[in-house]
Amino acid sequence: MDARKESPVSTATVTPAGQLSIPESRITGGRLRDDFRGMNVVWRRELIRFARNRVRIITALVQPVLFLFVLGTGLSPVLKGGPHGFDFKTFLFPGILGMTVLFTAMFSAISIVWDREFGFMREMLVAPVRRSALVVGKCAGGATVATLQGAIIIVLAGLVGVPYSPILILTLLGEMALTAFGVTALGVLIAARMSQVESFQFVMQLLVLPMFFLSGAVFPLADLPQWLAVLTRLDPLSYAIAPMRTAVFEHIQVAPSLLKTLEPAITWDGWRVPLGLELGLIAAAGVGLLFAAVAQFSRPE
Amino acid sequence: MGSPPPSTVSFSVAANLQIGSPRTADPAVEVIDLHKRYGDLTAVQGISLIVAPGETFGFLGPNGAGKSTTIKMLCTLVVPTSGTARVAGYDVVTARNEVRRRIGLVFQDTTLDDYLTAEENLRFHADLYGVPRAAVKSRLQEVMEMVGLWDRRKSEVKTFSGGMKRRLEIGRGLLHAPRVLFLDEPTVGLDPQTRNHIWNYIHELRKREDITIFLTTHYMDEAENCDRIAIIDNGQIVAVDTPEALKASIGKDRVEIQTDSNNGAIEALKDRFGLDATESEGAIAFHVDGGEQFVPLLFSEFSIPIRSVRVARPTLDDVFMNYTGRTIRDAESSAGERMATNPWMRARNRR
Repeated sequence: MDARKESPVSTATVTPAGQLSIPESRITGGRLRDDFRGMNVVWRRELIRFARNRVRIITALVQPVLFLFVLGTGLSPVLKGGPHGFDFKTFLFPGILGMTVLFTAMFSAISIVWDREFGFMREMLVAPVRRSALVVGKCAGGATVATLQGAIIIVLAGLVGVPYSPILILTLLGEMALTAFGVTALGVLIAARMSQVESFQFVMQLLVLPMFFLSGAVFPLADLPQWLAVLTRLDPLSYAIAPMRTAVFEHIQVAPSLLKTLEPAITWDGWRVPLGLELGLIAAAGVGLLFAAVAQFSRPE
Repeated sequence: MGSPPPSTVSFSVAANLQIGSPRTADPAVEVIDLHKRYGDLTAVQGISLIVAPGETFGFLGPNGAGKSTTIKMLCTLVVPTSGTARVAGYDVVTARNEVRRRIGLVFQDTTLDDYLTAEENLRFHADLYGVPRAAVKSRLQEVMEMVGLWDRRKSEVKTFSGGMKRRLEIGRGLLHAPRVLFLDEPTVGLDPQTRNHIWNYIHELRKREDITIFLTTHYMDEAENCDRIAIIDNGQIVAVDTPEALKASIGKDRVEIQTDSNNGAIEALKDRFGLDATESEGAIAFHVDGGEQFVPLLFSEFSIPIRSVRVARPTLDDVFMNYTGRTIRDAESSAGERMATNPWMRARNRR
């Protein structure tokens, strides 16, 4: 607004007829400002919708809680067979954070499909705002919402033997945000190409579930048969779960022998992939997908 | 999409109309030979029209006639295959954002966010259109009062009825003080009473705001509310004029009869009176001067038993019939069939 202060007609005036005229000099703002405003609208809307839809927040908690406390408790005796009693739920915890982020972010992104047909997104698409700004706003919004949903799961950490260490919590939040951004960008890219709401099931069954199961969220990526080992390394989500698990295991006491089984590093042909590269891969994938999503969304009809 | 700086644009517009003429003298909408093809299907084939500022202009035609495609091109949502269109003085292809800032658009289906309050929906709109912060508050109150929803501004939209949602959308479309308001089937799916209300708001709006309204409808009675209407059929404009002039152009009364043998009656009308009659929905209709005087003649000269007679002054239905050779309802059912066999078009139409 400051940039346009020099304009002599910069204040809105009310004509005698009661009609408010907004001087055109005021509504033709700079491109960047327009884009930023558009981004901000998409992001804020995503947050408001998240906060208002309590049912969705609670429903989205059911699946992680089932995995963590039912699957985790059920499988714990198997692991306790060893000399160092270990709670399988602790192992599962970072995987469940990843799962929460994956599902929440993907759902938020795919919602574009019906939002574009029947919702507010249509209204945004006719506004004088570049589509790229809307896509960036959507990715930021989806990432924020998914991270918030993951933060709710972090609250449960104490119940599964994970300490409430501020450093650990911040690390996990950061890693979740990075993952959420990448997943949302992937979802938006898919949504841009999807014409029917019904395709959502395909995406869930053919993409999201395989990504989840192959990521090492529910089992350690060690001593796997060759075919499965290859698939897990092709799954980008593996590189998002591993850093979160590393962070958790750095904050608990585990016998070294058990650590080797439960927190094996991801290797490429025997080479240990460093943490920084794992995070870098996720970030690079996120940015690449974002550009692809922008390009896909900006095609004129 | 790089749009030129505003100063350059207004200069070129002024140059077109001789320097010094006020901007408001530009046509609000100017369309020259607009075409849109989707593969083999030509949705719009050569539409040209000019809408003056302040006019309420109606696009009347059956579903599938090309109304929505045309409006989407004017609103910069669809790129024309050929031809040019300028809205509020700007080209819809090369100056897309300039057009978008100056138009309001109310879609056929609601595009409000149910989880947001009425006010939040409008505030987001104001942000998207860059309405100055200082102006938002008063403008928001103004449009919400105009559509009678100021008291409900804090309610989430999901608690609103269909008519309230439509009113809120009209208010939203006006929020950024557009020069042209596009209403795509503004009352479709609403009950007659609510339709009336919506029209009252539109009339009120025309009195209060210096605005051009461009609407599409397939309701004849709604088209009567327009200053001028264009009848569109199969992607082409077949007539443009005021509703009165269009009706007067037919001049004759419309007579509708039901007989025991419609085919025979059509033939008899042709042979004996030189009248061209058409059959629709089980009745025969034809146009004749002085319909009421014609009826006794008809009874005395006709050998085929007549079961009922109706004489009416010309309506827009007749105008449509006159220009297209069928009623708007017949046109819609055949358009429906055409669309049903074309899945692509069907998907498009849902939008």
